[in-house]
Amino acid sequence: MSNLVIADHNNTAISASTLVAIAAAKAIGGDIDLLVAGAGCAAAGEAAGKIDGVSKVLVADNEVYGHQLAENLAELVVEVAGSYSHIVSSTSTSGKNFMPRVAALLDVAQISDISGVVSEDTFERPIYAGNAIATVQSSDATKVITVRGTAFDPVAAEGGSASVENIDTVKDAGVSTWEKEEIVKLDRPELTAASIIVSGGRGMQNGENFKLLESVADKLGAAMGASRAAVDAGFVPNDMQVGQTGKIVAPDLYIAVGISGAIQHLAGMKDSKVIVAINKDEDAPIFQVADYGLVADLFKAVPELDGLL
Amino acid sequence: MKVLVTVKRVVDYNVNVRVLSDNTGVDLNNVKMSINPFDEIAIEEAVRLKEAGKVEEVVVVSVGASNCQEQIRTALALGADRGILVESDAEMQPLAIAKCLKAVVDNEAPGLVITGKQAIDGDNSQTGQMLAALAGLGQATFASEVELGDDTVTVTREVDGGLETIAVKLPAIITTDLRLNEPRYASLPNIMKAKKKPIDITTPADLGVDVAPRITTLKVTPPAERQAGVIVESVEELFDKLKNEAKVIS
Repeated sequence: MSNLVIADHNNTAISASTLVAIAAAKAIGGDIDLLVAGAGCAAAGEAAGKIDGVSKVLVADNEVYGHQLAENLAELVVEVAGSYSHIVSSTSTSGKNFMPRVAALLDVAQISDISGVVSEDTFERPIYAGNAIATVQSSDATKVITVRGTAFDPVAAEGGSASVENIDTVKDAGVSTWEKEEIVKLDRPELTAASIIVSGGRGMQNGENFKLLESVADKLGAAMGASRAAVDAGFVPNDMQVGQTGKIVAPDLYIAVGISGAIQHLAGMKDSKVIVAINKDEDAPIFQVADYGLVADLFKAVPELDGLL
Repeated sequence: MKVLVTVKRVVDYNVNVRVLSDNTGVDLNNVKMSINPFDEIAIEEAVRLKEAGKVEEVVVVSVGASNCQEQIRTALALGADRGILVESDAEMQPLAIAKCLKAVVDNEAPGLVITGKQAIDGDNSQTGQMLAALAGLGQATFASEVELGDDTVTVTREVDGGLETIAVKLPAIITTDLRLNEPRYASLPNIMKAKKKPIDITTPADLGVDVAPRITTLKVTPPAERQAGVIVESVEELFDKLKNEAKVIS
């Protein structure tokens, strides 16, 4: 068995979700090679070489792989795929974008968003927004897998000594071009990597009131999240959404404020180690998953908590 | 230009899904079935493009059992012009669905295909991308804004950390994210009119597609239950518990 893991990176560093994908590859067993494709990504390739458990890093540094355009990246992966038994990436928006293309080009199924490895061909994955866990077995020779970012403990980013090889394959499908991005510059940790998250729901009433949570988040060094209801109501942008249709998180501490706890929200956060719920409705379903529940008016409780921190 | 929109028949968004006690799947008996919510957004986007005069025809396609005609009929009531059902009682996995759709794309030659970004039953998020790969077309997944030009479509995408804008040559595949639009409701007159719109029925065999499953579901189990904790009486008590009992803040 041998694993090819496709790295998520920003040209200088490898993402935490990739360290989780490598951990899943370890659970599968066999050698682990890491493909770093990008434009000007030599530094990321070097960082990749230090990751624990990686045998070999393949760096494809070319303009055509900048911004991880799915068509070019998928063709590169198919070219490199060769005899690897498992092709693995994280369930990031990039992994979700190009991996199904890889699977289709190889004429194999993809096993999306695995939460567990049972054996080399059998995996667990959540379905129906996490309301059920399916154990599935693949009959394909090559397994194409994406890994849930919260499902495995990440491998260490340091301590490895993999060889780093450059590959000069250039695959340009020529069908898409990148134009621009608006990446929110956060003073806070990224949502999926944060150890504490403060999240607001419809109970916040408007976007302005999220400032109450920001103050708490700043003091805790926490990331900010939101329920789909808060996003739908236009209080906050979609990249803050935690849930089945947003981000899946599992921080050490998740503080849910004014969130009722719809199934689709719980699907995104119920693996958090400690959950706190602050809601004035004592029947809110969020209290059924909360370790600590406080039935209170958030507009009084949050400033009070802020004062104590 | 012709736009092809895909719809999947899934358990309604509001149904609380339960795992069967024999662990063979989830209970689908007497459960309300609907169009996958992301596919409703796809229909809405296509219909708006038609209303804006940029598109002449909206064709809706579904792959599945005969009762998927209900969802196609709903899409017709929402403004699609005609329907295609690729009918099969077999379990249809994303790769097989994508192959059926590829055959439909070959026959229909649409300028644009719009699919939902994922179905809320399997949560796979694969079909649109697989279709794009099989058809050799460009893709713009997780779209929150679509601007249709003559030769290209410019799409703003929801990505980790923010938004990204890409331009893709037509024909192209777009998958919809939540904020792309707010789908309308079907009006009664439009529901009546939809009954007269045509639905063509074909099969994977007619299309020459092998739909044999590649993945076997061995069992389906409920997720680990999380036990409810304690209700604290005050913010001070909460602060104290977090600091001294759970030790998650310092």
